[in-house]
Amino acid sequence: MTIADASLDTGAEPAAASAGRPRSLWRRAKPVVLALIVPLLLLAFWQVATTERWTLLIPTPYAVAEYMVDFAVGGIYDDAYSGTLLTHLLASMSRVYGGFALAALFALPIGIMVGRMPTARMLLDPFLQVMRPIPVTAWLPLSMILFGLGAKSAFALVCLGAFYPILLNTIFGVRSVDPKLFEAASMLGCRGNAQFYKVVLPAATPAIFTGLRLGLGLAWFVIVVGEMTGVPQGLGAVIMDGRTLSRTELVICGMIVIGVAGYLSDRVVVLIGNRLLRWSPNHHG
Amino acid sequence: MADTADPIVEIKRVSKVFQLQDQTIHALSDASLSIAKGEFVCLIGASGCGKSTLLRIMAGFEQPSSGEALMWGKPIAEPDPSRGMVFQDYALFPWLSVRDNIAFGPIARSLASSQVKETVDTFIELVGLAKFANAYPHQLSGGMKQRVAIARVLANDAELVLMDEPFGALDAMTRERLQDELLEIWQRTKLTVVFVTHSVEEAIFLANRVVVMTPGPGRIESDNALDLPRPRDVASPEFNAIRRVLGAKLHSHHQKKAA
Repeated sequence: MTIADASLDTGAEPAAASAGRPRSLWRRAKPVVLALIVPLLLLAFWQVATTERWTLLIPTPYAVAEYMVDFAVGGIYDDAYSGTLLTHLLASMSRVYGGFALAALFALPIGIMVGRMPTARMLLDPFLQVMRPIPVTAWLPLSMILFGLGAKSAFALVCLGAFYPILLNTIFGVRSVDPKLFEAASMLGCRGNAQFYKVVLPAATPAIFTGLRLGLGLAWFVIVVGEMTGVPQGLGAVIMDGRTLSRTELVICGMIVIGVAGYLSDRVVVLIGNRLLRWSPNHHG
Repeated sequence: MADTADPIVEIKRVSKVFQLQDQTIHALSDASLSIAKGEFVCLIGASGCGKSTLLRIMAGFEQPSSGEALMWGKPIAEPDPSRGMVFQDYALFPWLSVRDNIAFGPIARSLASSQVKETVDTFIELVGLAKFANAYPHQLSGGMKQRVAIARVLANDAELVLMDEPFGALDAMTRERLQDELLEIWQRTKLTVVFVTHSVEEAIFLANRVVVMTPGPGRIESDNALDLPRPRDVASPEFNAIRRVLGAKLHSHHQKKAA
């Protein structure tokens, strides 16, 4: 007894060998080229708008680039912000990842309980549903009253921002396990609590992972608001200082650093996810 | 020799009623059936005739509303590795490789790891998937997935294999090949198989016994022993004669309703 219908779907890789070299080169370069078009157009528009003096309020791309170098390593302007990028970045990162980790620590077990235990759902679900629509920014004053001005408040807001996406996706993940899989597990001799580890958790990992990814993205989103509460260091603080000092180039530098840091942080998560969720057909980011 | 005295499965006047909101559904009414070890029994009937319900009661997924379902004389109270189920939509664990899906049962029964490996190797070979041991279910064709599902049940020492329209979602060629393979495994391992299908041909091709069921309420219409020699030729006149008789039994209930 052998099989002949051995058609493994190993992903589409047609004609890569038969096509000429230039075409395969283009195929590889195409995503990068396409991805660069919009940013480059925006940059060109920015350049034209500033050199043609359509606006005098925004510095030129070159001025921002120069300031970015100074912000990163110093040696050009040598003001209070020269060479401080790393300090601010690390301060923000510690709050982003710290707040995110704390959020995950609460959201995962609560999500699993609400998703799997009817009593926990009845106890917590209505409350969470009412709390959820309140935006993180609305918590800012209360957070300042409770935690004071400073890092603790920023930390709390980041944690709150990351909490809901992790919670909701965890609930969804553990609730939407295919019931057939429980039957399959029980007829194979895996019953009761063992099913939680052998069926529920692995089946929920894609959804949990999506929640973690969204949560981390939101943590980077909230950090600026969080650091508006008067912390001395952090990218949000830099942006707020830039605004009060009318240093627009500083504001833009802070924005770019947050964008890049958030993007890289997301890529790392996606890479981990692709490795962890190889088995999932619709999980390749 | 022991088969008449000691049936592996006994269904005694089993009824099953489902309550769906304010509707009462009689899925199965007063069904009795006795299956001997080593038999290959097909349950056929239109949808709603209770064939899947009867199979799920044998598996232990459902409890009868009245009557008794017994295996080796003991009531079937819950799913058990001795009764393996093969589902139409495979129900493989998508996060486990072919190898780990087959190892799921042996590991759940806490066999030693060397024993698990040996068992898995044996059954992965039996269903011809050695080359795909490390593939994930989403990378496999429907026929290959169903082979994994069969291997997973056999690797768990099931005495009774319950199959719920296992080849229903497959294309005709793959279905025929899997039917042949299943018969080969059945003849070699002396398993007892209860196989649900809505195809008369499939039932006649596979079974020693064809149990015809009719809907509304679901009940057993007739129990037909088949002694056609194997391998069976679907084009032979004998095969067609049986097909005609069973087809008529299958549709008898429509005629009764019309009259």
